[in-house]
Amino acid sequence: MTSLAELMDYDEVIEKYDPVLGLEVHVELHTNTKMFCGCANEFGGEPNTNTCPTCLGLPGSLPVVNGKAVESAIRIGLALNCEIAEWCRFARKNYFYPDMPKNFQTSQYDEPIAFNGWLDVTLDDGEIIRVEIERAHMEEDTGKSLHVGGATGRIHGAEHSLLDYNRAGVPLIEIVTKMIPGTGKRAPEVARAYVTALRDLLKALDVSDVRMDQGSLRCDANVSLSPKTTGALGTRTETKNVNSLRSVERAVRFEMTRQAAVLESGGSVTQETRHFDESSGSTSPGRKKETAEDYRYFPEPDLVPIAPSREWVEELRGTLPELPWERRARIQKEWNLTDEVLRDLVNANALDLIIATVEAGAKPDEARSWWVSYLAQQANSKGVELPDLAITPAQVARVIELVNSGTLTNKLAREVVNGVLEGEGSADDVIEKRGLKVVSDDSALEKAVDEALAAQPDVAQKIRDGKVQAAGAIVGAVMKATKGQADAARVREIVLARCS
Amino acid sequence: MTNDLIHATAAELAAKIHSGEISSVEVTQAHLDRIAETDGKVNAFLHVDTEGALAQARKVDEDVKAGKVVSPLAGVPLALKDVMTTEGVPTTVGSKILEGWLPPYDATVTRKLKEAGVVILGKTNMDEFAMGSSTENSAYGPTHNPWDLERIPGGSGGGSSAALAAHQAPLAIGTDTGGSIRQPGAVTGTVGVKPTYGGVSRYGLVAFSSSLDQAGPCARTVLDAALLHEIIAGYDEMDSTSINAPVPPVVAAAREGQNGDLSGLRVGVVTQFSGEGYQQGVLRSFEAAVSQLKELGAEIADVSCPSFDYALPAYYLIAPSECSSNLARFDAMRYGLRVGDDGTRSTEEVMSLTREAGFGPEVKRRIMIGTYALSSGYYDAYYGSAQKVRTLITQDFAKAFENFDVLISPTTPTTAFKIGERANDPMAMYKADLCTIPANLAGTPAMSVPSGLSDEDGMPVGLQIMAPALQDHRMYASPRRTRPRVAGLGVRRCEHQEGQGLPRPRRRRGGSRGRVLGLQGRP
Ligand SMILES: [Zn+2]
Repeated sequence: MTSLAELMDYDEVIEKYDPVLGLEVHVELHTNTKMFCGCANEFGGEPNTNTCPTCLGLPGSLPVVNGKAVESAIRIGLALNCEIAEWCRFARKNYFYPDMPKNFQTSQYDEPIAFNGWLDVTLDDGEIIRVEIERAHMEEDTGKSLHVGGATGRIHGAEHSLLDYNRAGVPLIEIVTKMIPGTGKRAPEVARAYVTALRDLLKALDVSDVRMDQGSLRCDANVSLSPKTTGALGTRTETKNVNSLRSVERAVRFEMTRQAAVLESGGSVTQETRHFDESSGSTSPGRKKETAEDYRYFPEPDLVPIAPSREWVEELRGTLPELPWERRARIQKEWNLTDEVLRDLVNANALDLIIATVEAGAKPDEARSWWVSYLAQQANSKGVELPDLAITPAQVARVIELVNSGTLTNKLAREVVNGVLEGEGSADDVIEKRGLKVVSDDSALEKAVDEALAAQPDVAQKIRDGKVQAAGAIVGAVMKATKGQADAARVREIVLARCS
Repeated sequence: MTNDLIHATAAELAAKIHSGEISSVEVTQAHLDRIAETDGKVNAFLHVDTEGALAQARKVDEDVKAGKVVSPLAGVPLALKDVMTTEGVPTTVGSKILEGWLPPYDATVTRKLKEAGVVILGKTNMDEFAMGSSTENSAYGPTHNPWDLERIPGGSGGGSSAALAAHQAPLAIGTDTGGSIRQPGAVTGTVGVKPTYGGVSRYGLVAFSSSLDQAGPCARTVLDAALLHEIIAGYDEMDSTSINAPVPPVVAAAREGQNGDLSGLRVGVVTQFSGEGYQQGVLRSFEAAVSQLKELGAEIADVSCPSFDYALPAYYLIAPSECSSNLARFDAMRYGLRVGDDGTRSTEEVMSLTREAGFGPEVKRRIMIGTYALSSGYYDAYYGSAQKVRTLITQDFAKAFENFDVLISPTTPTTAFKIGERANDPMAMYKADLCTIPANLAGTPAMSVPSGLSDEDGMPVGLQIMAPALQDHRMYASPRRTRPRVAGLGVRRCEHQEGQGLPRPRRRRGGSRGRVLGLQGRP
């Protein structure tokens, strides 16, 4: 564990060093089948049920490339403005690991399917940084081990280990950036913004679930420091196990302050793999390898080269959806949003939700109002990101519809939303279960209005004199009397009718 | 009767079984008896599947009785090299590391054989993981050459070739990575074919060197080999390297070849495969075959393929490199042998102990060579250079095939050597594959047919015929045409090419027959 004394103050780091970033993101594709066999690409089943001779690496078995995965890889490459290889191969990455049935990973090495691209990343203040993409390549995931008997669930101290190969052979795309220099003090933010943008992009492409918490999007952050005095490149570390967007930012920041402290004390940064610890926000060295890892890559002889025709590539280009930033630009124009408002919506992760809510039938301002106020508060108090709230844009749109039709008041609508968030079902289910319905019986409302008018004769008089805005006081009294279960708009109509 | 059954060709047996003259059960039982009688001396089989074989035979007999159309080799017994997975039947690949493993699936070749009604008698012995040229590297003891039990039957598919020569089976399956079908064929006087790479599915073939491994037919006659070839060949979506093209018309070619006319056939004699290191008797037999071909109307000329000189070293970099990766999966985690798992050792230790105990010396040697050749800093010098040689060899073949229909050479520089003779000299052992390796590196088809006996030791000599990729039928057409001449030379022991005569070691005239008679206590 690194103590605080071993970290340099962040501002001082920036004064003395230029951080250089490199980000490697692994994305699990949500194809129906695995990368090289026909097994279902599914999680959560009984261990070792989604397996066959090929993904178990049984003697004699052979891989066959999943065409859909290649298609997804090409679409990702195109969306990242990459060149698509006219000819590329898989390679074997050889190392012994019990999670890996063949003791080699079928991956791509010096011939990736997509290379030389870029992704424009918008920072919190609206500044746009272009991140150069080195490559995007295809590979397969490993199985999972479960270490039994140890205190920590890690291999050290475990009595025995169980292996589950359901995940073995799941298609992965690894997306690697070129070195990202020159971000200065914004390096941690750039790292987060890049992964965020990539996540949104992959989501729009509909190629992956992109859930960092479930491991379908995994980020390794490479960080090095270059002394401003010499400009020489520093030694980099690779931090793994970074499981949320916020952690990406924290991990980069931590590494910067740690490496600077090491350098400052006259030491040198060790090139190593480090693990990010979510709870302490610090990184620690991975298991030391006694020998340098030599993966002995060579072209996979069991597979033939992949040579996507230019026609196919262009056809796939035609299938690219509106990309997140394109959509944002369009929405900004259509909804007439200022740069600032748009940025706030994006930063709050609200824009896509609002758009989806609008697509489900709501009006933009209504949808926006729900997501940026009440729902944002709920997310905040529950400590989750807005998109992770247990309510869908379609459900929000339904609530808005019920309000507009007069079935719910705003107050009741919030109660309905609470019910949905608590897992009581759809909006209609909650209304049913909780017995929530506006008082829409006009005779009951008329009675309440008459009582309120009688109680405030001077206000009644003002309304009769044409001061329509005075009606608010009567409406408020009626709403109070009906405990909020009345439709305010209807009450207002009745008030005005009574006073005309 | 039994004698006739075990000496008949597969084509003859099939005709009789399909006409109802004899039953597949009778034929199968005759071969099972023959195995029981002779295999104590030959050791061709690692596993005999009596029940499975008879069940399949009964099914074919029922189909025949019911008047169903059966496939051309339905009911005929076959010996399957133990490198092919067989569902529920042991598959050891000649290694201790897979002892007791029961595969949960059939190789595509196995499946095709079963679907064609071929009766699989059992699994044949082989050099461990197909690494070797003598079958001495089997973890289950060497196989003996039926022509001379003190000699090797070739390798790695010595079990399959010996089973044919010993009349334990009329058909066999081999796999050929550097000559493992052809060299055993040559030294046992049988026919062995390595089809075009990709012609026969590798799914379920336990890999030695993926880019070189190719399964193929073994038989005592060219026609039988062709019939078997057509059954096992064809595109397989489970094997990405399988070729999606029609199976070459090998049976038609084999039948057509019976007319013996070689007029206009352009035959190139590869000049690289001669000279030092070649047994004089082998060269004399080869020269005789060449002059026969000439007399039959073939246009013969020398052709130089200079890169073939580098084939052997290139092979011994590529094959070990791929094997070092292919064999990494044998780690005690999921199947096969597990050593040292006593609750105190780490996973890594159990992996090492298992691999130490489970692999034989030749396998370890090749894993080490391959690991070294692929390591960073050496890759370009070794694996990379070897791949360049491979390209040159392919180019030499292509150039040669511009002027020639087929190329020929001796299959192997020497006849079968004595068991133990080269056991401690890997280089001498590796040289047995000198002539056969180029076709593996280029992926082109090649076959070995008996060309007679060496006049020095009376042991069989093989003639190798090579053709361009996907032109497998050219090889099948040519050897048949050589037949009258070969027979005319009085090489009677090679008559089995014609599907008559068959190798009957006990009837051999001249030479040292006594050793062979060790096998002759048969009906
Ligand atoms: Zn599978």
